Amino acid sequence: MKYALLLMGHVDDPACGEDGGASPEEFFAFDREITEAGVVVTSFALEDPDQGVSVGSDAQGERVVSSGPFAEVREFVGGGYIIEVADIDEAVAWARKSPASAPGGHVEIRPLAPY
Amino acid sequence: MTGDAVREALAAIDRDARARILATLARRFGDLDLAEDATQEALTQALQTWPRTGVPESPEAWLQTTARRKALDHVRRESVLAQKLARVRIEEERGPVPAGLGDPAVVAGAQVRDPVPDDRLGLFFACCHPVMRPEDRVALTLRFVGGLSTAEVAHALLVPVATMQQRIVRAKQRIRTLGVPFGEPPRAELAARMAGVQKVIYLMYAEGFARSHGPGHVRDDLTAEAIRLARVLRGLAVDGASAETTGLLALLLLTEARRPARVGAVDGRPVPLAEQDRGLWDRELIGEGLALAEAAAGAPGAGAYAIQAAIAAVHAEATSFAQTDWDQIAVLYGMLEAYEPGPVVRLGRAVALGRARGPAVGMRLLDALAADAALQRFRPFHVARAVTFEELGEFAGAAAAYRRALELPGNEAEDGLLMASLEGIGGAGG
Repeated sequence: MKYALLLMGHVDDPACGEDGGASPEEFFAFDREITEAGVVVTSFALEDPDQGVSVGSDAQGERVVSSGPFAEVREFVGGGYIIEVADIDEAVAWARKSPASAPGGHVEIRPLAPY
Repeated sequence: MTGDAVREALAAIDRDARARILATLARRFGDLDLAEDATQEALTQALQTWPRTGVPESPEAWLQTTARRKALDHVRRESVLAQKLARVRIEEERGPVPAGLGDPAVVAGAQVRDPVPDDRLGLFFACCHPVMRPEDRVALTLRFVGGLSTAEVAHALLVPVATMQQRIVRAKQRIRTLGVPFGEPPRAELAARMAGVQKVIYLMYAEGFARSHGPGHVRDDLTAEAIRLARVLRGLAVDGASAETTGLLALLLLTEARRPARVGAVDGRPVPLAEQDRGLWDRELIGEGLALAEAAAGAPGAGAYAIQAAIAAVHAEATSFAQTDWDQIAVLYGMLEAYEPGPVVRLGRAVALGRARGPAVGMRLLDALAADAALQRFRPFHVARAVTFEELGEFAGAAAAYRRALELPGNEAEDGLLMASLEGIGGAGG
């Protein structure tokens, strides 16, 4: 089955970023390991959420483009993997192993819908 | 071959055997809906085939084989064929987890993937998978491993039947969408899933101890199965869970010891604890249960089951109802509330305190619980009020409480006892 591992961070968490949490080296090491295991379908890393742009609709239904971030947004996707493994147990094992699930963040696992 | 013989043979395929067939299919195909459909189709097929061919030597093996063929037919017809077949193969040829998964405990556990020594216990652990919502784990396991009907599960968990139907459908969907495997978990993960499995065995025993509906008061098949599974569970000796698995087994044995005295020989009605002939209690089970309860209470990690075993031990050691140490039982219920806060535990404490300090105190404590919606739907709550009213000499209140109890789910034998109590206080007509 295919799963998305969404590596989540918290905007207001002091442990996220330079003050603590996992180092880039740890993320690179994890990336090497999961890639070499042959389960990665695709992966990506994202710029910080303050570089984000939002496209939505206003009350009249008109499309509106705005710049982020938004004060109420506390969590963001920092990057992610699409992996193909036998079952949820293997997906959970990879998420446990990721530096993103260390204090200061978490990994959300979402099965891919079969479209 | 007559239809009667076929019906008889099919009736002998009890819920235990059906659950075994279902468990095997679920494990092989990784799809609970498919497993259910195929099991049902095999039973239907038996109704058509057996009158012509005769009942096979091993009906369960015949049904197992037929159900597997039906499931394979389904898979072949389905559009997601490739994905499903791939999963069947993965289940069969599953190798070690990739070496890259570096948590040493998980890797070690995966490599010694030694089978849990009971097929259905394997499915227990799958239904109690940590990715499943806690409130769904027990419901799923009771329904699919325990073989209870949806209505029985609803009663065991104190929720309306329609709610339970929806929950089971959603939980099955979650299993399918997430790709939850149906095999035994690695040994390293057994401890984490133990609490859910213990709860399921406990609730399975509870349903057998006093049935939620039907003619008889007890279901010895369920209680026997729960005790069997509790013994297997304790035999696994999973680190960090031994006090509670020991406590659970002690609780079930001490409760089961009262079984011979719990149902009237002539009318089949339940006999209240106060009126039971303690000479009928099974001394052998009590001896084993007391030793286990003591071991559980003194072990690190003792919790809710060890405390409940201690409560059962106080009852078992009392020579009569009047001699029971109700103060001690009330203290134990207070301790239990720290582990399992809930209306049923508060009810137990209220009843024990009422016994220790008199019916006026008991009634005040019961009144304080009356606002709880779950207890309002819980027959034993109204029976406790009725008995307490009776002891206070307030027969109108007792009659009203008995009538309310009779409106709620329960078995017919219990209805008989409640009707007799109602007549006894002259309230049957009102």
